[in-house]
Amino acid sequence: MIKNLRVKTSKFIDETYKISFKFNGTTYYGYKGDTLASALLANDIHLVGRSFKYHRPRGIMTAGSEEPNAIVQLHSNTSRTEPNVRATEIEIYEGLEALSQNCWPSVKFDIGGINNFLSPILPAGFYYKTFMWPANFWEKYEYFIRKSAGLGKSPTESDPDVYEHKYIHCDVLVIGAGISGIMAAKTAAKNGFKTLLVDEKPYLGGSTIYQNSEHFKINNQISSSWLEKEINEIKKINNLEIKTRTSVAAFHGYNFLLARENLTDHLPLENRDNKTRHRLLKIRAKKVINATGSLERPLIFDNNDRPGIMLSSAIEKYANLFGVVCGEKNVLFTNNDSVYETAICLYQKGINIEAIIDNRENVDSKLIKETEKNNIKVYKGYTVVNTSGYKRINKISIMQLSKDGQKVVGSKIVIACDCLGISGGWTPAVHLFTQSGGKLKFRDEDQVFIPNIYPSNQISLGSCNGDFTLDEILTNIPKALKDFLDINKTDYENLEVQSSFNKSKRNIWLLPSDKVIGRTKSFVDYQNDATAKDIKLALREGFRSIEHVKRYTTTGMGTDQGKLGNMHALGIISETAGSKMGELGTTTFRPPYTPLTFGTIVGRNVGEYFDIFRKTPIHEWHVQNKAEFENVGQWKRAWYYPKEGENMYDAVQRESKAARDSAGILDASTLGKIDIQGTDASEFLNRVYTNAWNKLAIGKCRYGLMLNEDGMVYDDGVTTRLGENHYIMTTTTGGAATVLGKLEDYLQTEWPELDVYLTSVTDHYATVSVCGPNSKKIVSQLIPDLDFSDENFPHMSFKNTKIGKIKCRVMRISFTGEHSYEINVQANYGKSLWEKCMEAGKEFNITPYGTETMHLLRAEKGFIIVGQDTDATMTPIDLQMDWIVSKKKYDFIGKRSLYRSDTIREDRKQLVGLLTENPNEVLEEGAQIVADINKSPIEMLGHVTSSYYSPNLKKSIALGVVRGGKNMMGQKLIIPMENKQINVTVADPVFLDKENKRLNA
Amino acid sequence: MFIINCPYCGEREQSEFKAGGEAHIVRPKQPTELSDDEWAEYLFMRKNIKGIQFERWVHTHGCRKWFNMVRDTSNDEIKAVYKMGEKPPAK
Ligand SMILES: [Zn+2]
Repeated sequence: MIKNLRVKTSKFIDETYKISFKFNGTTYYGYKGDTLASALLANDIHLVGRSFKYHRPRGIMTAGSEEPNAIVQLHSNTSRTEPNVRATEIEIYEGLEALSQNCWPSVKFDIGGINNFLSPILPAGFYYKTFMWPANFWEKYEYFIRKSAGLGKSPTESDPDVYEHKYIHCDVLVIGAGISGIMAAKTAAKNGFKTLLVDEKPYLGGSTIYQNSEHFKINNQISSSWLEKEINEIKKINNLEIKTRTSVAAFHGYNFLLARENLTDHLPLENRDNKTRHRLLKIRAKKVINATGSLERPLIFDNNDRPGIMLSSAIEKYANLFGVVCGEKNVLFTNNDSVYETAICLYQKGINIEAIIDNRENVDSKLIKETEKNNIKVYKGYTVVNTSGYKRINKISIMQLSKDGQKVVGSKIVIACDCLGISGGWTPAVHLFTQSGGKLKFRDEDQVFIPNIYPSNQISLGSCNGDFTLDEILTNIPKALKDFLDINKTDYENLEVQSSFNKSKRNIWLLPSDKVIGRTKSFVDYQNDATAKDIKLALREGFRSIEHVKRYTTTGMGTDQGKLGNMHALGIISETAGSKMGELGTTTFRPPYTPLTFGTIVGRNVGEYFDIFRKTPIHEWHVQNKAEFENVGQWKRAWYYPKEGENMYDAVQRESKAARDSAGILDASTLGKIDIQGTDASEFLNRVYTNAWNKLAIGKCRYGLMLNEDGMVYDDGVTTRLGENHYIMTTTTGGAATVLGKLEDYLQTEWPELDVYLTSVTDHYATVSVCGPNSKKIVSQLIPDLDFSDENFPHMSFKNTKIGKIKCRVMRISFTGEHSYEINVQANYGKSLWEKCMEAGKEFNITPYGTETMHLLRAEKGFIIVGQDTDATMTPIDLQMDWIVSKKKYDFIGKRSLYRSDTIREDRKQLVGLLTENPNEVLEEGAQIVADINKSPIEMLGHVTSSYYSPNLKKSIALGVVRGGKNMMGQKLIIPMENKQINVTVADPVFLDKENKRLNA
Repeated sequence: MFIINCPYCGEREQSEFKAGGEAHIVRPKQPTELSDDEWAEYLFMRKNIKGIQFERWVHTHGCRKWFNMVRDTSNDEIKAVYKMGEKPPAK
């Protein structure tokens, strides 16, 4: 049975352009201009989904972005699939495929619907209460909850679409292109302001553009015709840019806004290739005009969620804009005048209205008179007490309200219907305003929150400012615009407005019923299935703050952020707790106003562009020689170089052995390098390092440890004195930027009198480190003129020299404990230097090694790695590095903290070596260290920080931090693992060559 | 996101800057002569005011200069910026 639910009046629908689409596997037809919701309604489909908790059948409630129920999954099982799309927003296109969410196996028969009958045992906080115990069952519960709940499915393939970001700077941004926004944009642009007008819908004009009634006139023209002319005019203004399908997602401080411009979601899939799907606009506006309109409120009564129950304004919009009739037997239920507009609209189109239920008793207006004149029965002073119909509403029961509106009296009247339009008045859409930091005030007359204090240069106009009637809007806007834009005149002075809207309203947040509240299901948040009963329960259980009630009942926590029901939740709390609405405040509206896809947020920063990565000048060589890479900060560092058939362990063992047996080569270019110059350079180093620097001779190198002011180790590295007033400092790879920042901070703010200049030169030099007993032979081949004797070029010294014609700095310093050289050349010679070293080292089996071998070699020597063997709680004393802390220096950063009551404790965690009882057993880094396994609870003494199998010592070695470890030398400790206990002995952290003989080998 | 008027460069986006905590806490000239309590006062204690706060900022992705800012933390309004070493504006 196919009904004709179209009325031919809408110029927004192109009936010559038929579009086929699939909903839950069935093919339907709609027209160009339809949304998925309007096309479904035209096919007499109201039931579109199931609710989140009770799996109740749900229908289309609204005609806009506030829709809580009609959310669908598009193009399931394809790379373009998207969950949680509002059917009321998506425009249909040829080939669209949508599925209902929250239902299994189908929307018409859903197993989760059993929750509906279990609802007495599924109260507010149900999940919190039930699934709290026993704690280790949580994983099992979660599996079932996720399976039965679930808001759609995220895509499993990568997104084929392209997204981009764009910055926009404008004088005036107007958000919303309803009548207020159009007037504002025209006025701003005509007065020379560079203006941007955005609206989330594909058309301009808001709800006035389909207001085709004799009752609403401007300068004697029907309001929609008047507005149409205005729209045609603004399209011609040069300095006004108009963006439709553009939804403002976030309004941050200082008029910084994010908007999503939707460019292809309305196109058939095959037409989307090579086009940008969404553009994230980053807008900085000198002035912002909020013209975001208002949202109609539902009414809260028993079973107010059945398919066929819709906002009254949505019914009017479907009829006027889409030419779609939502029902054949319509009933309207209201507490204010706006349903009469819907009634007249339907009546004019010949659509049947069974009755209007108005909770106001003594009320009269031109609109009501007009309605009654058309023989529509109006029940004044009545309320709906219940509805029935499982998959679609089929009747309602109404009863008379008591004088105080707290009870129902008299007998029930039953009215058959297939569509119930409800209106609880209007709520200004202040979401963006409050996101920006705006403060609201509560207006008691009609129980709405309106903008009060503006945090930036912005204004709210029209119904988002609480002006709901056409005459209020048109009277207030010219005045407000003149003040805001500082202009003398607008085009809208002395408009003649005819508006039949009576502002009277009888606000009852929770309508009374003949049942006790415990037996009702009056939904406040449709998407999350939070009822009035749940809110009252939360209050009874002691929750008072609106933010707590929200979380406990999940009211307003769905993808719609409770756009429809938040006010009612507040109202019910206020009435139940006896507190004033204005004092309760609202919950916080958070960005985004409507959900954004991840693609929009990341824009072009996907794949290899997701984050910056830094390559050394020698990177290509490592790639060609099959290195595996490790991320160190933003750097890609060669990790190890596996040969055919080698795993990481094999490669690292081979590299480590070769470096000590003959020669190894490491790309050390990533180490931070800071050039330090100035007459106070030595004094500066004295203050930032723990050891003394003023006696370091020119041409000598020294290892330094840098602390924070709290005494904790911050960074380390070797600094070389290049000249009287010139040093080059090296930092850890990851610490380079923060060390420079810290040094600049002290120089600029604490010691501005020092003559010191800092320059980051990390990227200017490539650094190749050659180590091992044959390193001298290799490097001296490259620089035959240089005297490499220990007398001329001892350990911890530096030479300015040349390799061929290329200038280089060679430091004889060692992080491995081997005789070694670090050669620095201008970055672009890095690869050629490396290749020269490889060539020269060929006869010595020079072996490239990566960061993993470097870590192993230094661990054999007990050298720390800042950030691995330290966290921000280790002092040099804790590291057993007392030797580097100057006793003589008067002051340095962190000195005073080294003898605070806490830092001098003997039982602090201290760095020690650990040797396993079984020399082949390698500990896991991060494993806990304990002394007594039988103690309850077990006392954790510390953890393993570095651990390797040393091929040079032929045993497992580890470093760890242990409470009071310094005085535990030789003591046995235990590493408890999942299936075993490992016995270890506390040892000296220097495992190899304690006498440093190898440095001069 | 703020627009910050760097005293050296002029108005720039907040993303170019980094905040550096409360301003006008001078590092003691003779830390070794301070008691634990006095040192702790310098090292750890910060006011974290709701309202007018004097704070340090640095133009990290710009001139790299540190400067001071007077900001109302309740609404993020920047009342003044001034160079290091300059006297804070009178309230
Ligand atoms: Zn600057």
